[in-house]
Amino acid sequence: MERRSLAASIFVYGAALVMSLVILAPVVWLFLMSISSSADLSARPLHWWPQEIDLSRYGELVSLVSNSAGEAFLASLRNSLFVSGLATCGALLVAIPSAWAVSRTPRVQWSLYGVIATYMLPPVSLAVPLYMGLAHLGLLNTITGLALVYLTILAPFATWLLKTGFDTIPQEIESAAMIDGARLDQTMRLVTLPLAAPVLATTALFAFLLAWDEFFYALLFTADQRAKTVTVAIADLAGGRVSDYGLIATGGILAALPPVLIGLIMQRAVISGLTTGGVKG
Amino acid sequence: MSSAWITTRAWLLMLPLLIVMVAVVGWPMVDTVRLSFTDTRLVGTGGEFVGFANYTKLLTSRAFLGALENTALFAVFSVAAEMTLGVLAALLLDQQFRGRAFVRALMILPWALPTVVNAMLWRLIYNPEYGALNSLLTQLGILSEYRSWLGEPGAALWAIVAADCWKNFPLVALIALAALQAVPRDIKAAAIVDDAGPFARFRFVLWPYLAGPLTIALVLRTIEAFKVFDIIWVMTRGGPVNSTRTLSILVYQEAFSFQRAGSGASLALIVTLIVTVFAAFYIAMMRRSGSRA
Repeated sequence: MERRSLAASIFVYGAALVMSLVILAPVVWLFLMSISSSADLSARPLHWWPQEIDLSRYGELVSLVSNSAGEAFLASLRNSLFVSGLATCGALLVAIPSAWAVSRTPRVQWSLYGVIATYMLPPVSLAVPLYMGLAHLGLLNTITGLALVYLTILAPFATWLLKTGFDTIPQEIESAAMIDGARLDQTMRLVTLPLAAPVLATTALFAFLLAWDEFFYALLFTADQRAKTVTVAIADLAGGRVSDYGLIATGGILAALPPVLIGLIMQRAVISGLTTGGVKG
Repeated sequence: MSSAWITTRAWLLMLPLLIVMVAVVGWPMVDTVRLSFTDTRLVGTGGEFVGFANYTKLLTSRAFLGALENTALFAVFSVAAEMTLGVLAALLLDQQFRGRAFVRALMILPWALPTVVNAMLWRLIYNPEYGALNSLLTQLGILSEYRSWLGEPGAALWAIVAADCWKNFPLVALIALAALQAVPRDIKAAAIVDDAGPFARFRFVLWPYLAGPLTIALVLRTIEAFKVFDIIWVMTRGGPVNSTRTLSILVYQEAFSFQRAGSGASLALIVTLIVTVFAAFYIAMMRRSGSRA
């Protein structure tokens, strides 16, 4: 691989170019649709490049005018942010102590496999009782209710990822602190958690993205602006009577922006997270 | 510290997680089993014990068999394509070339794109009147007449498989690439010096490193594919003529559109069983072939 024939080099560069185009083209097209005029988008054949840049849909979707499409869309972004944030915090809260316990106590490790097995369950298998339960508690169509349901996915996921992280922190460091008289909570706060900070960050990031991406439960358990998340808003746009494809595309760009930016900026963390045990579906 | 105390302490630390899991997973699962033997309606009426009636009715229904077939087709073809393209992409990214870091960063793009946005994007691309695919193929002279990619029963499922593949092959590629980069450089170099052909190099030098991570990716992707809901719901809602209706879509329709919670629950349990069997089967199979490699 150090020396390569000219033909092999041409092949490698050609293949890399084709692959980049395959990946980029749909995303670039999504963006171009969002800034093209309706006339460009309904031309046959299409105008691939907008004749003039039309940013009006961004104004339309990011608007605070009451009862506008923009207000509803902004509300869905806010709901997604709150639900994902709340569910991530909740998942970390229960996952940190249990992941540490499993990592340090081999005898209880089997219980973790039980928890992880639930991660495999199809959401449809829990949906009906969860719906009835939320209805009973008056939590349908609320941010709290949806965040609670997201724990079914996030809690096992976070526990598993954190456990693999705690495994890499030498137990001797904790023992040393304990011998010096630190209590368990002090050891955790002053020694273990600071050392695990990168793993905690990666876990929080993945959990957040997982929740941001969730659609099935959100579709079932939310009904209007009070709790509808952005994935449901996008599905409404795509399947509704909106005839302006540019507007649908703009919604897609806005919904994709947070996870794509996080993914690109934290590339290293994403790749290490994907390859060390945690695979987001 | 006594070991009994350490074990007790571990259970105490796990208590919050266990309580949450019982509340949001354990109890609903048990309740789904109970519901599956009743004729409960979603709004709460009914609820008579009906034995296995839901199961026998479902297992022999055309709707179930059709959904099972669609799910299997979707899972087999999308996972096979994702694994193949993913490994090929990883082999490419393992080469030295200028711009490699850029191409690798690009792989994150489809992965980070929310599933629903991906579905919506491809729905626009496949649009029968103004879609980019129709326009592109016509301009290239490949297609003489615009087609309704998601409107034809024979084409819709394959169009969805392609869209799913675009989003997920980069994930497989990133996993495979990490495995390839763990192959020691001198081993790769030695194989070249020894004049091993490309296939021998892949089989004997790279494959031992790839097999493990790829097995995990394969199992997880297969399970995900069997549970598929989001992309299909946004692109076709199971249509046209139920040609893309998968098991999860069928459960949704049964339990929530038709409000037959009891029958929906039994269908959901059948799906769960299939997913579990497949996972166990794959793991056992791969473990055996893995130990021979």
